[in-house]
Amino acid sequence: MSAIELPVPGPAPGARIRPPESPPWRLRDRLGLGLAWLLGLLFCAVAVAIVLYFLVQGIKYVRPELFVTNPSVNASTSVATGGFLDPLLGTLLVTALAMSIALPVGIAVAVWLSEYGRPAALARIAESSIEMIAGTPSIVLALFGVLLFESPALGFLSRMSGGVVYGRSFFAGAAMLSLVGLPLVVTNVRAGLQAIPNHVREASYALGKTKIATTRRVLLPAARPSVLTGAMLGAGRVIGDTAIIVVLLGGTLTFNSAGSVPLLSTLQGTGATLTYYVFYNAPTGEGNQPGKAYAAAFVLLAIVLALNVGVDVATRRSRRLRWSS
Amino acid sequence: MDEDDLLEAEATTDSDRRAELMLGALVCLVVALLLGMFAFVIYQAWPSFSHNGLSWFGGGGNVDSEIQAMFNSGASLARPVYAFHGWPLIWGSILLVGGAVTIAFVCSLFVAVFVVEFAPDPLRRVLEPVIRLLASVPSVIYGLVGVFVLVPFIGNHVISSGSKASVSGIITLNGYSLLAGVLILTVMIAPVMVAVFSDGLRAVPKGWIEASLGLGINKWRTVWKIGVRAARPTLIAGTVLATARALGEAVMVGMVCGVVSFAPNPVDGWIFFVEPTRPLAATIIAFIDDLSSPPMRHTLYAIAAVLLLSAALLSFGGWAAKQPMKRYGLRT
Repeated sequence: MSAIELPVPGPAPGARIRPPESPPWRLRDRLGLGLAWLLGLLFCAVAVAIVLYFLVQGIKYVRPELFVTNPSVNASTSVATGGFLDPLLGTLLVTALAMSIALPVGIAVAVWLSEYGRPAALARIAESSIEMIAGTPSIVLALFGVLLFESPALGFLSRMSGGVVYGRSFFAGAAMLSLVGLPLVVTNVRAGLQAIPNHVREASYALGKTKIATTRRVLLPAARPSVLTGAMLGAGRVIGDTAIIVVLLGGTLTFNSAGSVPLLSTLQGTGATLTYYVFYNAPTGEGNQPGKAYAAAFVLLAIVLALNVGVDVATRRSRRLRWSS
Repeated sequence: MDEDDLLEAEATTDSDRRAELMLGALVCLVVALLLGMFAFVIYQAWPSFSHNGLSWFGGGGNVDSEIQAMFNSGASLARPVYAFHGWPLIWGSILLVGGAVTIAFVCSLFVAVFVVEFAPDPLRRVLEPVIRLLASVPSVIYGLVGVFVLVPFIGNHVISSGSKASVSGIITLNGYSLLAGVLILTVMIAPVMVAVFSDGLRAVPKGWIEASLGLGINKWRTVWKIGVRAARPTLIAGTVLATARALGEAVMVGMVCGVVSFAPNPVDGWIFFVEPTRPLAATIIAFIDDLSSPPMRHTLYAIAAVLLLSAALLSFGGWAAKQPMKRYGLRT
């Protein structure tokens, strides 16, 4: 029996205590770490290469007059000339229209999911529906849009001639694009609402506010950064979509109004966006003007970059707002 | 409490109930829209499926000439031709999406681990916004990179003139290829995956990681065995999201993969990778101007229905794969 433990030969008094040596890593672990570094750096390199490539091409091809002239096709040589004024405006118009549908609907769905959510079965169905919409290819949404907007009941949203509904218009494109943006708005707003602790709601109820008043006056203002993030992420997806534009915006490079009422006729008419302009001017498209495609892609990238910076600012602001729980 | 207060309370709860009903109705509308989409698309697709039966999914025909015949018959309408064998398109989709998702999954997992656990702080601060930027770059821009950089490179340097001549009777190898499509698609979906994966890795409880480190297990093993395992539900979610993106990508794939519906044949040896192909979604875009011809229209909707059902199946598969992980108390 050795009740008395022998003194372990420890470090001599006064010597520096060193942490125990960790055993050397196994080869597999080292390989894994090396691969992670390699792929991480490769990822950076690809990102830098893409951004630099478009920066260089953009500087080479972007000319101020591209922003103020419209695309036109020279009838004799059938070479596309001109700039991308109308596609640029078309991008802004269709995005604004799509987000003005997606944002209110998305906020409403998110509020219902996060604050009401009864009956539970409907909540679960709604949740998976939003997930399904997010997973639906945009080309399928586009074809669904053709069906919807070619029906006579919705004919007033596009051009009609002799009872045949054309079904291609800014309204049609924006309505379908709003479905592209909707899931992002819903997920972000919902996450923002759920991050608000319950005592905030209870404090509002204690003051005699109803649930809807609490939502409108307390919760939504508090979740504003997430609403903003959702809106910008949604707008980013909407701006980048090409399939719906190709199918539902009619494929005319300039605004082609359907009537004489100023704004309404433009929205009922057909047009193009920057993504379509890039697609049209790529070597595989009909225009085949690489310089124009690069310039438009550069502008598109700049818009996306600006939106990303916006999202960054919004999330930083939401981080500043902390709830003590 | 006097009567006025009571009345007011009643009025407000009434308005509350009204608000709930209105929000609920809107939610029902969104759900109905989704169901309507399934119903409409499948209804429009039905003639194509019913004329072909299961051979719709089979091989044995040239899709392009079948589509040509269909389009020509649409003009007369007396005898619409519906014959369609979609296997080359389906095979193209499987190859493209499978290849891109496999490569992107492996790379993204390592990149996400690197970004969350190993990257030095300054690099991480740069990388996080860059990932988000790359995830939101419009696909047509990636397509432009593919068309101007990757396709000429493959056409001029990867494919030897000998192999071009060897198949010249059947297809032209000019760089528009499966390989270009897979690579560009990988670059497109990898940032989406990295973004979702790194969110998942960051959400792993710190205590679990520290406990493992405290037991003397080195950092790589800890991250690999604890972090990545705990983040499995997010790995599935990210993969499902990225696969859906890749499956539905029409325009960009149409730009870099070529215009003929050819089914790349693994028997051809390594030429297989540089053979052109045209998956389901790109086919819809390629023939979108022919919607006016009824048999064409039904066929295009049939392709859309296949895409829609695959997306639904994918979403369901992701849900099912997450179920067994729930009992470990992992965040889903």
